Amino acid sequence: MTDSTASTPHNVIEVRDLVTHYGDRMILKGISMDVHADEVMVIMGGSGSGKSTLLRHLMALEHHTSGTMRILGEDIDKLSGVELVELRQKLGVAFQGGALFSSMTVGENVMLPLFEHTGLDRKTMEIMARMKLEVVSLGGFENLMPSELSGGMIKRAAFARAIVMDPKILFCDEPSAGLDPVVASALDDLILLLRDALGMTVVVVTHELESAFKIADRITILDRGEILFIGTPDELRADPSQRIQNLLNRVAEDDTMDADAYLNRLTGEQPAYRPL
Amino acid sequence: MTPTDARNPIVVTTEKVGRAAVAGVEEIGLGAMMVVESFYWLIFGRREKQAVRLGAIAEQCMAIGIQAVPIIALLAATIGMMLAIQGIHTLRIFGAESRVTVGISFSVVREFAPLITGIVIAGRSGSALAARIGTMKINQEVDALYVMGINPVRFLVVPAMVAMVIMVPALTLFSDFVGLFFAGVYVNLDLGISLAAYMDQTIELLSVDDLMHGLGKSVIFSILIAVIGVVNGASVQGGAEGVGKATTRAVVQSISAIIVTDMLFAFVVTR
Repeated sequence: MTDSTASTPHNVIEVRDLVTHYGDRMILKGISMDVHADEVMVIMGGSGSGKSTLLRHLMALEHHTSGTMRILGEDIDKLSGVELVELRQKLGVAFQGGALFSSMTVGENVMLPLFEHTGLDRKTMEIMARMKLEVVSLGGFENLMPSELSGGMIKRAAFARAIVMDPKILFCDEPSAGLDPVVASALDDLILLLRDALGMTVVVVTHELESAFKIADRITILDRGEILFIGTPDELRADPSQRIQNLLNRVAEDDTMDADAYLNRLTGEQPAYRPL
Repeated sequence: MTPTDARNPIVVTTEKVGRAAVAGVEEIGLGAMMVVESFYWLIFGRREKQAVRLGAIAEQCMAIGIQAVPIIALLAATIGMMLAIQGIHTLRIFGAESRVTVGISFSVVREFAPLITGIVIAGRSGSALAARIGTMKINQEVDALYVMGINPVRFLVVPAMVAMVIMVPALTLFSDFVGLFFAGVYVNLDLGISLAAYMDQTIELLSVDDLMHGLGKSVIFSILIAVIGVVNGASVQGGAEGVGKATTRAVVQSISAIIVTDMLFAFVVTR
């Protein structure tokens, strides 16, 4: 908390040389990136590129191997339990599947962060929850159970829960995955609305190109655990790199592989030099 | 391991046994951590601004305890009558049927009431706990709790564990009464000993120690059920099928743990 002056106030998230492992496998190979205040940062990449891992680290859900991460000026490695809880109240997360608690109504779900972190009386909390449900056009649905909602409504309810504490940063994991184009587009509009009307910084992980170009102020592209590109959508379109053009034009990458290694993989033979 | 000994069955078996042993030790360690952490949140939760909610505990008490009353009553009554039938049958050999109360009162209070209560709660609530935590884990609900700044152990585990520790002994005491009463009813019908005389005899025979023996065991059972349910739920992997496996595992493990602990407890305390 003391050295928060070290980071420019302009950056709400600063990641430096972040290296992470899953078991023995290195997932992120030294990533550095910033997220500016009041922007929509879209993180893109194919399956296995590490974009979901990066998001989990940005939400301080995982421990990294090396590197530093500052969120809202706080080095998350140096925070105590209570400080981390306080920081988390300034972050909102809309999970891919919504992650609404199935034993609670939609209204109770949205109210839960208020209930746990504020001393407000129930009436006030209910009003605040209803207001947030109105923002995501789910007014009047607060007494339904999550199982009674459609996929798009669950995602919107998850957004309402994510913004109920008026967070500084909103994280969205694959907001349009599994939704029809119309509903997906409405969610994109919602993200823009939250940035403009509530002044939030939004970090979105997605693999939908169209949605990324629509909402992004800047785009980060991850590939095999490394950053391939950071810049505005226009810069991305103009980028000469072959791999980026492949991604934009949806050309599958050819894995060039040694013929012997390929044969070994097919036959299931272990190569002799394998350390295990 | 080199490719040649990868096919050696002895090496493969040894490795499997070793890995299983390590996984087992790891699970026991996780369980112990869970107990320690639960105590921590229960005592220091308020200081960390994560107080354990009384409402959540009451809700769990309702689900684990109150709603289990009918089935516990039914089974305790059945066990009581079964003991009376078997006791009278056995003692008839010596012509000592009237002494059946001795066997019934000690068996019910020291063994059968805690055991049957533990087994029913393990099957009813231990499995439900594993399923609930497992489902929440695969639906990212546990992650959602973390990012909201809500500790999942404090929010999910502590209320269930406290409710278990309160309700399992309470239900055990309840099944003591029900079991003894229905055994008495059968004794009354079969041998013609009046219920009042039977109860007099029972109260005379039983000491506080006997009652505490059964209730003490049930406290240990309650912690075992909660911890095994939580650990299995928390280690769910691989979607809905994983939840099913974890639930089954939780029930089998907690019933086994209850029976083994029961024997060990009896051995240590009785000798």
